[in-house]
Amino acid sequence: MSGALLREEIGTGDAAPRPAAALRRHVPLMLLFLTLALAPLVARFGGESYVLSLLLRVMIFGIAAMSLDLILGYGALISFGHAAFLGLGAYGVGILMSHGFDGAFLQLAAALTASALFALVTGAISLRTKGVYFIMITLAFGQMLYFLATSLAAYGGDDGMTLPRKSLVFGTRILEQPFVFYYLVLACLLGTYLLCCAIVASRFGRVLRGTRENPVRMQAIGFGPFAYQLTAYVIAGTLCGLSGFLLANQTEFVSPAFMTWQRSGELIVMVILGGMGTLHGAIVGAAAFVLLEEGLSRITELWKMIFGPMLVLVVLFARGGILGFFRRGGRG
Amino acid sequence: MKRTFKTASLALGLGLFASTALAQSGEKIRIGLIQTLSGPAATLGQQARDGFNLAVKELGGKLGGRDVELVVVDDELKPDVAVTKAKGLVDRDKVDVVVGPIFSNVLLAIHKPVLEGGAILISANAGPSSYAGKECHPNFFVTSYQNDQVHEVLGKVAQNRGYKKVYLLAPNYQAGRDSMAGFKRHFKGEVVEESYVPLNTLDFQGELAKIAAAQPDAIFTFMPGGMGVNLVRQYGQAGLKERIPFLSAFTVDESTLPAQQDAAVGLLGGMTWAPNMDNPVNKAFVAAFEKEFNYVPGSYAMQAYDTARLIDSALKATGGNSGDKKALAAAIRKADFKSARGDFKFNANGYPIQDFWLVKVAKRPDGKFQTEVVEKVFDDYGDVYAKDCKPAS
Amino acid sequence: MSTTLLLVQTLNGLQFGIILFLIAAGLTLVFGVMDFINLAHGVQYMVGAYFAAMFSAYTGSFVAGLALALPAALAFGLLLEVLVFRHLYDRDHLDQVLATFGVILFLNQGVKAVWGAAPLFVPMPSALSGSIELMSGLLYPVYRLAIIAAGLGVGLLLYALVHHTRAGMLVRAGATNAPMVSALGVDIRRLFMIVFGFGAMLAGFAGVMVAPILSVEPGMGDNILILAFVVIVIGGIGSIRGAFLAALLIGLVDTLGRSLMPNILRLALDPSMASQTGRAVAPMLIYILMAAVLFFRPTGLFPVKR
Repeated sequence: MSGALLREEIGTGDAAPRPAAALRRHVPLMLLFLTLALAPLVARFGGESYVLSLLLRVMIFGIAAMSLDLILGYGALISFGHAAFLGLGAYGVGILMSHGFDGAFLQLAAALTASALFALVTGAISLRTKGVYFIMITLAFGQMLYFLATSLAAYGGDDGMTLPRKSLVFGTRILEQPFVFYYLVLACLLGTYLLCCAIVASRFGRVLRGTRENPVRMQAIGFGPFAYQLTAYVIAGTLCGLSGFLLANQTEFVSPAFMTWQRSGELIVMVILGGMGTLHGAIVGAAAFVLLEEGLSRITELWKMIFGPMLVLVVLFARGGILGFFRRGGRG
Repeated sequence: MKRTFKTASLALGLGLFASTALAQSGEKIRIGLIQTLSGPAATLGQQARDGFNLAVKELGGKLGGRDVELVVVDDELKPDVAVTKAKGLVDRDKVDVVVGPIFSNVLLAIHKPVLEGGAILISANAGPSSYAGKECHPNFFVTSYQNDQVHEVLGKVAQNRGYKKVYLLAPNYQAGRDSMAGFKRHFKGEVVEESYVPLNTLDFQGELAKIAAAQPDAIFTFMPGGMGVNLVRQYGQAGLKERIPFLSAFTVDESTLPAQQDAAVGLLGGMTWAPNMDNPVNKAFVAAFEKEFNYVPGSYAMQAYDTARLIDSALKATGGNSGDKKALAAAIRKADFKSARGDFKFNANGYPIQDFWLVKVAKRPDGKFQTEVVEKVFDDYGDVYAKDCKPAS
Repeated sequence: MSTTLLLVQTLNGLQFGIILFLIAAGLTLVFGVMDFINLAHGVQYMVGAYFAAMFSAYTGSFVAGLALALPAALAFGLLLEVLVFRHLYDRDHLDQVLATFGVILFLNQGVKAVWGAAPLFVPMPSALSGSIELMSGLLYPVYRLAIIAAGLGVGLLLYALVHHTRAGMLVRAGATNAPMVSALGVDIRRLFMIVFGFGAMLAGFAGVMVAPILSVEPGMGDNILILAFVVIVIGGIGSIRGAFLAALLIGLVDTLGRSLMPNILRLALDPSMASQTGRAVAPMLIYILMAAVLFFRPTGLFPVKR
């Protein structure tokens, strides 16, 4: 479904530096980032911390969904345990902080290392399987981590734990400034996007897509898919760990609820909803999911009776997610 | 590709519009109600909402003489979602008071954003120990109980009745572990087994077999929601109900009795109240509630009802002024209202001092089921954490 | 732990496994034959339980409720098939996941809108309530034995249908190579519809059977759906035999693991450590089992040969 979109987007013989090329083609996307950048100024006119909180959720889940898109959209690796990395990142902050280590850099390093290691080990095992078996084995690892978190009585067990404050940067509480934190998350989103674009456009990215389109041929021309898929899985897990680090700082709360299988499902939904295999589709999907959840639930308590059918309609009538729908609309 | 941007900006616009549209308005007092209204636990959140609504209706749509604008939001039982919703209540809807959630984990998550946002937070159900001691806050109140206390009631009952061997059963999560600790605070006999089952366990056959084999003098269990429904029905089906006394907390109440029915009759629980409690406020409350909503109210509904009347009393005391939060909090602390459960006052930590009762499930003449008071276990009882709270004000 | 207790736990594990099998059977067939991931299979279990609650309250009898709930569950499954699912068969798996996830959201909220959020009550048939003494000191509820018997009956019936009827042959052929079956002139749409309806009815049947012992509430199908997926993946997708054995395996491991784990660990660790670790590990057991099975047999225990 996404193959056609992809080929269109990333030419094969382009010699220009790829991130820049991707950016040129993505002027509208720059506008999206610009909107996110200017939103806090508009928000000053009312409900500031609420609007920021909502947009922070959009961006944080945007990072998580984008990291999933990297393996799901480009490597056809459907991970149903991706929320585990969200939890690892968050618990990296929570556990260190409860032992008095407040520094953001140390926490971030721990969050990313833990995510990368977990991805390396579980990925190496999971990648023995394919298709739906891969979906389920990643679910299994996610569930194991979830139950582990619920049994950590010292760290709040099932209830989770409140963080005393946000992480400290060089001993200062600068992240407590709403705008500072907002733009930090925005920078992370942009950085993640550029990094993913670069990865996708690189030789590594082309091989990864090749393993999706035709693993046998890739094997035949000398690219064993395993190493490439595992590398992609570790990168995706690490990036999702970053979003977990940010989520813990945004909510100042850490809980096993961050890594339920439902949350992993929601990440998949965000990616497909936006349009998978496009990276920025993941941001659009996350935005649509978070804002619809918030907007509809204000209209009626039974909002899921509206949201559910909307998802069905998107599948039936908007192939390629929201992006795919508008792209076709633009052409026709 | 241009459409991409349009979609995104449309989506953003939707959020921004919703946020500003309601920000400014006149004289109304704004109250935010954050409750679990979706998922299996929704029935508890609905009780709280209905109880609050009933009180406001009875007071003529006013609290403390001011018209009420009630903003009800669903926390979905997801702490991170609740944080954003709580910020929305405080920041966008500019509520003066947030009436808090059913579940402790949601309360832990919203405590900071609500209080730092300058609103007063009143939990109408969750009463974790976290904010009862050193971490108490002058603008935070609980109108239910401190969670441990309900478990302590059953421990005290087991002690008073001279049970020698008791079997404990709870789900394997924080509240479950707390419940066993609470039970053991007053029970000095032998605990033959502390058995934990995974959260959301549906089938208790294995536990029932172990209980039958252990032959304790009584069992104590904390099994909220659907788990309690299953346990109680299976307890009866296994033939244990007649043989081993069943002491419980949050396991047989008005939210689960419609599904437990006869299987629960005669089982014991601990609570601050029961629908048949004999005082004029309660009689009027239960009658009006059943007439309005056509089901028997549980403690969740009663506590929310009390909370609305508490806010009413405080606003009357401040002459309708909700801007001065310090004055409003001080007026709330006086608890100058008639509670449906009788005696009620606040401890230094903002948690209640009140009576606790042993209650028993009964079938009413009209075929509905409710809990009924058996005996008072604690009189004017405060929690053990309050001594660590040094009031800031 | 005594032998009696072990026996009771084993029976409990079997009964849990049987319920899982009833749900997993339809799921594995739909997946195997139609290559369709139906996340909404769990809500069909829930809807079955709600129908049982509604009809048994209406008629005042569980048996009548069962008799009415089964065709209602079938009709409901077919309605969903016509409205939504049939348009998804030729889509890729992710589209199916998204759409059926939407159906779950709608129906979980829908049952709440229709029947309320509070759990519903389904009376147990009086003939099957109570316990019998299987051997001295071993009391076991009759109704649970009835569930085991009914599940085994359905299992045998399924086996006969799949292996000894023409429709069953087509189903097996479809699981192996659906395009070929279609090319041979079989009306694959109709076959799909039959398989789908049957699967929905089995899940509904499981819902009806558990209604008297479990609480009937919104979202009751979500967690059991995940377990059903665990079952069909361990068993090998498309294999009824695999689903049956894997369901019993999961039922036994989960039930016995919970009660035995602390005891086993006590051999190696000190008691408080053992009970704490045991509690943490017990809910993970089935996932550890699944990961281990897939590690050594990446397509499950009984893969359908292609």
